[in-house]
Amino acid sequence: MLRNSPPGSADIGALERKARRLRRHMLTMARGQGQGYIGQGLGIADALAALYFHELRYDPHNPAWPDRDRFLLSTGHYSIALWAALAEAGIIPVEELVTYGADSSRLEMSTLDTTPGVEMIGGSLGHGMGQGVGQALGLRIDRSDARVFVELSDGEMQEGSTWEAAMSASHFKLDGLVALIDCNGIQADGPVVLDMEPVADKWRAFGWETFEIDGNDMTAVVGALAGARQRNGKPKAIVLRTLPGKGVPRIETSEKSHFFRIDVAQWDGIIAEFEKSAGAQP
Amino acid sequence: MSGAAMEAGRTLAMGQDEALGGGRRSVEAPFGRALARLGHSHPDIVGLTADLGKYTDILPFRDAFPDRFFNVGMAEQNLVAVAAGLARTGKVPFATTYGVFATRRAYDFVAIALAHSNLNVKIVAGLPGLTTGYGGTHQAIEDLALMRMIPGLTIIDPCDATEIEAATTAIAEHRGPVYIRLLRGSVPVVFEPGYRFEIGKARRLREGSDVGIISTGFMTERALDAAEALHKQGISAGVLHVPTIKPFDAEAVAEFAASVSHIVTAENHVVVGGLASLVVESLFDAGLLKTVTRIGLPDRYIECGAVPTLQAKYGLTTEAVIATIAALG
Repeated sequence: MLRNSPPGSADIGALERKARRLRRHMLTMARGQGQGYIGQGLGIADALAALYFHELRYDPHNPAWPDRDRFLLSTGHYSIALWAALAEAGIIPVEELVTYGADSSRLEMSTLDTTPGVEMIGGSLGHGMGQGVGQALGLRIDRSDARVFVELSDGEMQEGSTWEAAMSASHFKLDGLVALIDCNGIQADGPVVLDMEPVADKWRAFGWETFEIDGNDMTAVVGALAGARQRNGKPKAIVLRTLPGKGVPRIETSEKSHFFRIDVAQWDGIIAEFEKSAGAQP
Repeated sequence: MSGAAMEAGRTLAMGQDEALGGGRRSVEAPFGRALARLGHSHPDIVGLTADLGKYTDILPFRDAFPDRFFNVGMAEQNLVAVAAGLARTGKVPFATTYGVFATRRAYDFVAIALAHSNLNVKIVAGLPGLTTGYGGTHQAIEDLALMRMIPGLTIIDPCDATEIEAATTAIAEHRGPVYIRLLRGSVPVVFEPGYRFEIGKARRLREGSDVGIISTGFMTERALDAAEALHKQGISAGVLHVPTIKPFDAEAVAEFAASVSHIVTAENHVVVGGLASLVVESLFDAGLLKTVTRIGLPDRYIECGAVPTLQAKYGLTTEAVIATIAALG
């Protein structure tokens, strides 16, 4: 949304409808490919809806606009969620989503930066925060008030480079930098391989102003983003407690929610389940 | 070599003159001075370091442009990631640290955050090869081999103060990621002021018919001195200086090699994966199968010690180049 001032009051209902549309796109993509990091994507859909349809300043017709707010998806394997958001935002065509993960598609299963709207290559974890710090410093030199939002995950906090970046962000007083930490409790080898708690305390101790919320509660997400708008000399961390597979009970309760691979008939069942739980809502 | 340091028989402290000259005129901090000058005409240049500003000669730039200089502390992965982010906002970051940290420690960040996206970042790497007596932790003896494998990365190993200044200007104006080895402190002047540096171009500095020395970095200084001494012994040695390791000037190397009987490579790096390997590969590709004698560091970690002692022990001296060539017969 092309804006030059902070967003006004949010229409929570409209944002929840956007989040449902993102989830619907993701399920269609995962069905087409037969697999994907759908659990993570469904979990973070609410945060992406709040960002792309309320908080971020961008021009869908000029994704490289220098004064845009940046959104860096550090967990490149969540690309399914980013493609849904970029399509719904009008930066890439919705019709292209069916090519997700196919040979020669630019909608890769892990993001490359060759597609409009993608700000970094995020597949190697621990890269996002540092690049966010660099972009925030560059914007400061240019006296731009654009902000930098970096998504990262709880498992990713195990990469030491995340903390190198966290230290430098508070040292440089980057108050236009916002970390969105997706705490969904799953990683490649299973639930919480290393206990990362207390997550919020860690960020606070590194000098960040920290918010901890239910990442699937739109009112809470919008509220935390509003809180993170103050330019008080501190970078902001929003700890999002999310449910992997949110919106599809069968994935929410699956032990393999880190990476989900099932056959087409099962996908049809899952999509029917999603539509049923979403009711007749758009 | 510095006789005083040899007599003292001690390990030089970090920050001292470690790229030793042969009684030549020298220039203090040629990289930092050149960068500070460029900062005026190139407002997008920013300087970065990871707690090694004092020891990588970048302080003249910091002093001239404090708002465009960032010290990220001892965190080389973050150094490269922050540089990548700055480049995405249109800045031209020059990031300094030691070669060992820029390569071994931050390799994934150089490969993925920088090179994969072809970002306009210059990594300036101090203590290349055997220029410190601090042992394996600080001697970047394999950095050229490591960095060569990264697609799209330009790699430069300058010889002297003149070339450092010229290369600093050239890479500031070149768009894309660069790794440059830094001779720091009091750096000898080998080349005349008119010397031209061009990324990707080798330079034939001396003609010779018996032996062709193909060299890079400070070994070109030794090669030139050795060629002069050999001339007095009746041996005609040519010198081809190859300051750009990537892209490699295979054409100039093949042409030079075809004009001489013996080929000798000389590099301040292990003989595995660096200049010697590049020369052999390029000669193979050109169908020129000649014997190549390799001067460089052995495939092992080097111990601590005084730099002159270590350089003499491992053959990185003019005397060693002379001896190697004289022994070819």
